[in-house]
Amino acid sequence: MRVKLCALLAVATTLGLATPPAAAEGRVILKVAIVQQIDSMNPFLAVFQSSTEVGRLMYDYLTAYAADDQRVTEGIANRWEPSADKLTWTFTVPEGKKWSDGQPITAQDVAFTYNLMLTNEVARTANGSFVTNFSSVTAPDDRTVVIRTKAPQVTMLALDVPIVPKHVWEKVTNIKDYANDQMPVVGSGPFVLTEHVAGQFIKLKANKSYWRGAPKYDELHFVYFQNSDAAVQALAKGEVDLVNRMAPAQFDSLKDKPGVTRNKAQGRRFVELLINPGAQTRAGEPIGDGNPALKDVRVRRAIAQAIDLDALVQRVSLGYAEKGAGLVPPVFGKWHWQPGESELRKFDPAAANAALDAAGYPRKADGTRFSLRLTGRAGRAYDEQASEYLKRQLGDVGIALDVRLVSDNQLNEATTVATYDLAFSGWATNVDPDFILGLHTCAQRPGADGKGGTTDAYFCDQTYDELYARQLSEFDEGKRVELVKQMQARFYDQVPAVVLAYENALEAYRSDHFARFTTQPAQGGVIMAQNGMWGYYGAEPAARAATSGSTWVGFAVVAAAVSSLLLAIVVYTRRRKATAGERE
Amino acid sequence: MRRGVRLWGRLGGAALSLVMVAVLGFFLFRVVPGDPVVSMTRGRPTTAAMQAELRAQFGLDRPLHEQFFSYFTSLLRGDLGTSFTFRRPVADVILERLGPTLLLVGTSTVIAVGLGLWLGVRAAWRRDSAFDKATTGVSLTLWAVPTFWLGMLLMMATGELFPSRGMRDTDTAPDFVSQALDVGHHLVLPSLTLVAVVCAEYMLVMRSSLLEEMHAPYLTTARAKGLRDDLVRRRHAVPNAVLPAITLVFLRFGLVVAGAITTETVFSWPGLGLLFYDALTGPDYFLLQGLLVVTAGAVVVMNLLAELLYGVLDPRVKVV
Repeated sequence: MRVKLCALLAVATTLGLATPPAAAEGRVILKVAIVQQIDSMNPFLAVFQSSTEVGRLMYDYLTAYAADDQRVTEGIANRWEPSADKLTWTFTVPEGKKWSDGQPITAQDVAFTYNLMLTNEVARTANGSFVTNFSSVTAPDDRTVVIRTKAPQVTMLALDVPIVPKHVWEKVTNIKDYANDQMPVVGSGPFVLTEHVAGQFIKLKANKSYWRGAPKYDELHFVYFQNSDAAVQALAKGEVDLVNRMAPAQFDSLKDKPGVTRNKAQGRRFVELLINPGAQTRAGEPIGDGNPALKDVRVRRAIAQAIDLDALVQRVSLGYAEKGAGLVPPVFGKWHWQPGESELRKFDPAAANAALDAAGYPRKADGTRFSLRLTGRAGRAYDEQASEYLKRQLGDVGIALDVRLVSDNQLNEATTVATYDLAFSGWATNVDPDFILGLHTCAQRPGADGKGGTTDAYFCDQTYDELYARQLSEFDEGKRVELVKQMQARFYDQVPAVVLAYENALEAYRSDHFARFTTQPAQGGVIMAQNGMWGYYGAEPAARAATSGSTWVGFAVVAAAVSSLLLAIVVYTRRRKATAGERE
Repeated sequence: MRRGVRLWGRLGGAALSLVMVAVLGFFLFRVVPGDPVVSMTRGRPTTAAMQAELRAQFGLDRPLHEQFFSYFTSLLRGDLGTSFTFRRPVADVILERLGPTLLLVGTSTVIAVGLGLWLGVRAAWRRDSAFDKATTGVSLTLWAVPTFWLGMLLMMATGELFPSRGMRDTDTAPDFVSQALDVGHHLVLPSLTLVAVVCAEYMLVMRSSLLEEMHAPYLTTARAKGLRDDLVRRRHAVPNAVLPAITLVFLRFGLVVAGAITTETVFSWPGLGLLFYDALTGPDYFLLQGLLVVTAGAVVVMNLLAELLYGVLDPRVKVV
């Protein structure tokens, strides 16, 4: 009796699990793999890249960056005008744009958002730096926003702040505890958030009344992966349609996969090697324990010259990167700087050796001059592999490297309080170079306790700071570009860090489900992690999105086989047991 | 009377352990390197003033003893604080991950315990038989295999039969039956991985403790009474041999709440193990403290239950 019951149960379970779930009929869904957690859906609190990326789909900013060339283009506002003294900016919010609940988008919404940030410190958590220079924001009528700044600010068209609907957010009493989960969440972007299950997925629906026109498909789902290997496998199986942040080896593994198209794009990220230039606090007191030899710019230059950047690109990044130079990656062509023939530091161990001799660091009996710690992150493939190359290359010029691969937190701590000689670091840059350049001004260095700073490399250089201040108030773009390039040249010459490589963004998508995506910029650009939402917004479904039922059939067959095997075992053991008495 | 005193002693001991855990948790995670505010703002345009505001918001600017006092008093009120990362009450964040973890680790622990004990009894009863050698060999091998690797291998070997991530598909119909089937479908691979890896533990413990009983005189007596071999095993040998396994099972049930970090990572299962991992990268102090209190609490409670249960299972053990 029990045997039969077991058998019945097994079969029922198998059949149950093998019934295909009632799949969404007739809706076209784009499924995107994300590997980073979502911290918050509240746009004033969300700081993770994944969250801001979803935020861009829900809320337009005051202005946007065009898909094809990243120039400033229409966002919520379609016209803008600075006053003669550059202290007052007037933005025009055109008529006809609507929130997803049908209410009109007006200048009041914009003024409400910025004023909330100016008056409520919690609302400044994520994007506060964009409004620190604002003295007032007003909306004299529904179409006009007037922003007054304390000092001229050149980045007024690069305010990456989601504008929220006043009629929803004025009822929010406590920004800090507001999860923004009143589904569907009222927004102005091409998609509307409809469901978010923490650690599992995010669902958005196309905003049919989006002012640029509705997206060409119905729903956009982000599904969460904890490890990128599983995400790549899921793409290969067709469970997701789009994956980014792939490692070179993962990217190569999809090379000949039918139905999959890869996108090797110029990324916004670069990796760098920090060289502790004798770190000091904001007040000029020494901090940390960097090797004093590195205070000598000749030593830092020699180190840079001893590193073979081409080899790193070819062997560590497997060719999926470009050789490093200035602080702004080549994807932002206008601001990117490459050293001229006279400035270029070619890979030249002999010259580096000579320079170190001249700087007063002769080789000792064991062939070394001095030793340095190289701190990197354990588990990050780039650090693990590049540190081996650096060890060899710097060994050739008599610098012994003590490689220390540590946890992410330990690495952050070491670079924050300057307890490093050499360390790996990296940044993602924005369309406007102000952020990445600002990291290297003297004012960004921390206080005496090592806190309150955002410096990247403990760089402090008067020439650089002067150039920084000038570019920040230079409204002639041609002249500003020139200043920005001079700053990068100065940084390159003083080497508080060596930009090792501009990493490619490696992405892949199911071209049998989605025919094309809009990249930013148009040539060699990315689909995900854009300065905008074009990649998701412009996705075009393939003529006939394939539906697969085969997985369930296969699963059913295997499950049936397994349960019959189990059944056979149970029956066999029972029968043996029944006769056990006789056999003994 | 003495029973009552002993019971209160046990309960008091358990409560004391919980307090120790809470205190330890606070200081332990403060030693973890990393500055939550720096991690929170890394890679974004930030000013020193904004960092100071954040520090004040989370009370990180106050002296350590004040932070500890406010943490401990709110803990007594049942308030675990607010997560830095998720900006929500820690209790909420933990609760929403508790279900998936209990489902995955609970299911696989039950299967692993049942299968392991069953195999252990069989293997010991027919010591050195082909069955014994095969089960011991296979389960030891699986135990030695890295969980991460086994999970990935299963994922690849089963091809498109099972989903590679998470607990649910995003486009499953919202009705209960479809959702339940979908969860079941997603549950297969991660629980298979867990069962394969931990089953050996129960099997080996059960096997060795039964082997110790094998030549006990009372078994000969039982046989002499004319009992069938099957009954000798079930009614006489196993009840005497099962105690060490029970201890292990209860310890394990306590650890169910802690989740299974590697398995959850491989299959992106939205459980507590994953949450722990994410919280460490902050470090998200309040979330870490909350997780420690909850997971350690589960172990303490389960241990208490196990001790109480001994007395019931084996009258020789006078625990209470």
